[in-house]
Amino acid sequence: MDQTINKENMKGHRSQTLSRLLKLVLTTSPWMFVISLITIILAALSNVIGTLFIERLINNYITPLVKQVQQGQDPNFGPLAYAIAVMFGIYAIGFISNYLFNMLMGILAQKVQFRVRNEMFTHMESLPIAYFDQNDYGDIMSRYTNDIDTLMQMISQSIPQFTNSLLTLIFVVSAMFILSWQLTIFSFIVFALSFGIVRFLTKKSSHYFQVQQQKLGQINGYNEEMLNGLKVIKVFSHEPEVKEDFEVYNEELRKASGKANTYATILFPIMGNMGNLLYVLIAFVGGAAAINNWAPLSLGAIASFLQLSKQFSMPIAQISQQLNSIVMALAGARRIFQLEDEPAEEDNGVVTIAKNQKVDNSWFWQVPEKDGSVKDVPVRGHIIFDHVNFSYVPEKQILHDISIDAKPGMKVALVGETGAGKTTISNMLNRFYEIDSGKIIYDGIPIKQIKKDDLRKSLSIVLQETHLFTGTIMDNIRFGNPNASDDDVYQAAKLSHADEFIHELDDGYQTIIDGDGGDLSQGQMQLLSIARAMIADEPVMILDEATSSIDTRTEKMVQAGMDNLLAGRTSFVIAHRLSTIVNSDLILVLDHGHIIEAGNHDELIKQKGYYYELYTGKKEIQ
Amino acid sequence: MIKTLSKSIRQYKKLSLLSPLFVIGEVIIEMLIPYLVGVLIDKGIMKGDMPYIQKAGLILLVLTIVSLVLGASASYVSAHAAAGFAANLRKDMFNHIQDYSFENIDKFSSASLVTRLTTDVNNVQMAYQIIIRIAVRAPMMLIVSVVMSVIISPRLSLIFLVIAPIFVVILGLIIRAAYPYFPKIFKGYDRMNQVVRENVRGIREVKTYVQEKPQIAQFEKSSGFIYKLFATSQKIISLNALVVAAVLNIATLAICWFGAKEIVGGTLQTGQLVSMFSYSNSVLFSLNILAMIATQLIISGASGRRIANVITEEPSIENPRKPLKRLTNGEIIFDHVNFKYDESDKTLALKDINLHIRPGETIGIIGETGSSKSTLVSMIPRLYDISSGAVRVAGHNVKSYDLKTLRDNVAMVLQKNVLFSGTIKENLKWGNENATDEEIVAAAKVAHADGFVREMPDGYDTMVEQGGNNVSGGQKQRLTIARALLKKPKILILDDSTSAVDTNTEREIRQSLAKDMPETTKIIISQRIVSIKDADRIIVMNHGQIQDIGTHDELIKRNELYSSIAKFQEENGK
Repeated sequence: MDQTINKENMKGHRSQTLSRLLKLVLTTSPWMFVISLITIILAALSNVIGTLFIERLINNYITPLVKQVQQGQDPNFGPLAYAIAVMFGIYAIGFISNYLFNMLMGILAQKVQFRVRNEMFTHMESLPIAYFDQNDYGDIMSRYTNDIDTLMQMISQSIPQFTNSLLTLIFVVSAMFILSWQLTIFSFIVFALSFGIVRFLTKKSSHYFQVQQQKLGQINGYNEEMLNGLKVIKVFSHEPEVKEDFEVYNEELRKASGKANTYATILFPIMGNMGNLLYVLIAFVGGAAAINNWAPLSLGAIASFLQLSKQFSMPIAQISQQLNSIVMALAGARRIFQLEDEPAEEDNGVVTIAKNQKVDNSWFWQVPEKDGSVKDVPVRGHIIFDHVNFSYVPEKQILHDISIDAKPGMKVALVGETGAGKTTISNMLNRFYEIDSGKIIYDGIPIKQIKKDDLRKSLSIVLQETHLFTGTIMDNIRFGNPNASDDDVYQAAKLSHADEFIHELDDGYQTIIDGDGGDLSQGQMQLLSIARAMIADEPVMILDEATSSIDTRTEKMVQAGMDNLLAGRTSFVIAHRLSTIVNSDLILVLDHGHIIEAGNHDELIKQKGYYYELYTGKKEIQ
Repeated sequence: MIKTLSKSIRQYKKLSLLSPLFVIGEVIIEMLIPYLVGVLIDKGIMKGDMPYIQKAGLILLVLTIVSLVLGASASYVSAHAAAGFAANLRKDMFNHIQDYSFENIDKFSSASLVTRLTTDVNNVQMAYQIIIRIAVRAPMMLIVSVVMSVIISPRLSLIFLVIAPIFVVILGLIIRAAYPYFPKIFKGYDRMNQVVRENVRGIREVKTYVQEKPQIAQFEKSSGFIYKLFATSQKIISLNALVVAAVLNIATLAICWFGAKEIVGGTLQTGQLVSMFSYSNSVLFSLNILAMIATQLIISGASGRRIANVITEEPSIENPRKPLKRLTNGEIIFDHVNFKYDESDKTLALKDINLHIRPGETIGIIGETGSSKSTLVSMIPRLYDISSGAVRVAGHNVKSYDLKTLRDNVAMVLQKNVLFSGTIKENLKWGNENATDEEIVAAAKVAHADGFVREMPDGYDTMVEQGGNNVSGGQKQRLTIARALLKKPKILILDDSTSAVDTNTEREIRQSLAKDMPETTKIIISQRIVSIKDADRIIVMNHGQIQDIGTHDELIKRNELYSSIAKFQEENGK
């Protein structure tokens, strides 16, 4: 019962996906699609006329010529030459059409890929952080490769072949009917048998292809994890165990792949030989019928019918197989559309941010008033959390009644165990996630009224885990502010003390690095990330374990530059080394999403509570 | 490349050879059937000989069934041979990657290795299946139909002699023109995947710096690059279809013209002309398939090369021929050691390192970010081979040890560390497959991991999520230490492995290590003076050189760098 419902659902989805996909193909380039279809028909037609021409050649030209010779006349090859010339014209239309649809469908497939990839990426960039937190990276990535590839396959091969086979089949069957309806009906018995076999085989093969995809996914996941931890494997001489585990996945994939491909390719010899079988049966039955006068059949008709019957079974196999790959492509298309249909980050903000170019460090909010005018409010960095509650999933509340008043220029430290909600607070501020209840007010403006991009432009974040982007060191620092000059980059690198190690690299600032950071140590990557934040020069800073991988002496020096930068700016600092936060204006101790202590270092030490225990080493931060 | 790849066929050689045999049998029968049907018509139907029709029909039926069985077997055999070959390729690659040294690993990105193990192997599998089945079938059909047409009319078959070479030359030119695009396209794919990967992983950075638009522009540049190359190569490859159809049609028309003349001249029968058409169709059909195969091979050739690159990459560190299987103590000697990560690097990562560490000693290493602290210790378990000089452990050069022996005795906890999916217990057992529960708990206790592991929902059977997301940084570090301790090593190296552990716990870990493993040489890299203060000796690293070695008290007095670090850290409280 459940299964039937599922199947119904699947079919509904399929037809939806199919129509959406066809729309996509059509709108990407309507003229390419239309011309392709026309040329496919032209090519098939030219082929058909060609087959018929051979019969005409013999009956209309060669036989009369032979007669002329027998009657002692000089054979006149003129009409034949003319017919061949006309035929050449028809053929030429055929092969040019062939070329055109091959090329156009190929290019169209690429165009659609190009468009879908760009649409998908553009949309992905607008998705909320929650999407990335909840979905497997490998799974997101495979939509750009595997799923899109099946689409290309379908557009450039399945659609033309499907159309072509369908046209051929229609022609062949009608021609057979004209020649002898009795033999055609007899052929249909074989046809029905073939159809049954084809459906069985294609169903089997699509089942095993799914199994193969699944096993491929498993081995992919295993490889991703093991290759990522390859250095650890080597340090533990764990290679033999890993090889053994791999072999299990590999063996499963081999079996599934062998079966899938057997069922897929066995179709052609079977269908080909079904054609031969039909050929033999028709010769046999037709011959018997002609001799015994069961049916009005001429020898010529039998011969022609024989030719046709050979062309009869291949299109059926083709159609069935193309149907399969279309179904596979639809599964891929569905995953792509799913990503494209994910709701983008909502943004109802109207307040924007602008920078006064003349004065350093002078930003202001542009608040549209009801009367249509725009009020300029200077950005001071006054941030208030007012009874904020939040949960990632409904039942599990993470933040409980958080109230913070971070006055302009204050350094606010967040201390607590893993999972206490420190990073979550920063996620609330830059609206990676939306609060459940309460209010966050930024310079007197509720942050929901600020456009997200502009809100984020006012906040610099340095994260514990640094991600770099392929490009030069220079590009990576400039990531914080694309308009920064080279001198600005050097300045930021010096302040963050990244300058020193950059100079030691072979190509200095022009050294190319990729997302993994290449040979850079984690500390060096963090220095780059700090430089990136410095160059962004934004009014509020969030430092989430920003210096955890940097040695203390360098940290001290970075801190000096940072203090310079932080002066006059509001900052939120998350750190497990208490040494980096003792000089904070406000220290908030978090426990299971509650603020349990608040005050500066001296006040908290006097309280002799949790912070005191941490500071004196009686308690450890997990 | 072909030589490298074909080594992976191994146990599937038999299946691979059977497939062409089946195919040849199938093709011969298939080409015989029209001929026999002709005979059936001539001798049976024309003469009204019913018993002959029945006899010949039966033979034909049997032949068809044999051909069906042969064809189906060819499919089965070729699919299994190709799947097996692909599995062997994956296995060979994966196993070979496991033999890579750190230097080799640094050369390939893990993303590209994953692609090579899947997409590229799939392409080669497809190509192989084609080669052993269709690539046999098409030439076979070509040969049989050429032979048959020569038998029917040697003069008309001259047409093939003229046309076939032209056809082959043109196709060759097309393939040569299209070939260079594919390696570029693959590079384009790598680049595009990298942009996606970086954006998926670094989405927080992209969003906080509001860099969506420039990143989209980056992506569109990379996807546009692929599109342009593909579209251009498509224009060239589509010429295939043009050439094939044109040649087929011209040949047909030529046969019409010359055939008609011959019939009129009385040297050819009408029936023979009809046969000629069907054989000319077969000839050009098989040429067409050969062209398609060639296109397929172009694409998979690029994949094959990428696979071969992985397999032929020489592991830069290999086991010596007569390896030492015993490592007796934890003595370490560095003798004028120089090291560069890459031949072309201008600066040395390690400069003239001389060092003698006695068994059981505790050594601290301190230095600024990027002063080659990790590089120095990586030489001991031979993660990299030094450029000149010698590293000796327990009196023997590290190059003379069996790698497993060496690395089992030199336990190193890496700075960039990972846990694998599986339970905590499974992860700890990496250190020692046969560790008993008691040993595991003991190691966890030394690393101060036992406490928090017991508090977890399933204790030691708690699953570690991929990437270790459900344990904190400090917990992860303690688990990786426990994992290393289970090796019961002669030398233990902690490369900044307690940075996320608070100072008190760290001290307790150090004390338990000293108490429980007095014989083990302990090398501790840290950014914190407190972590190494009690070491027997402390090495101060600076720009790839040993600046000073001594005890805490000595260094405080004489080493400026060391004392400035110490002073700063003391000032900052703890």
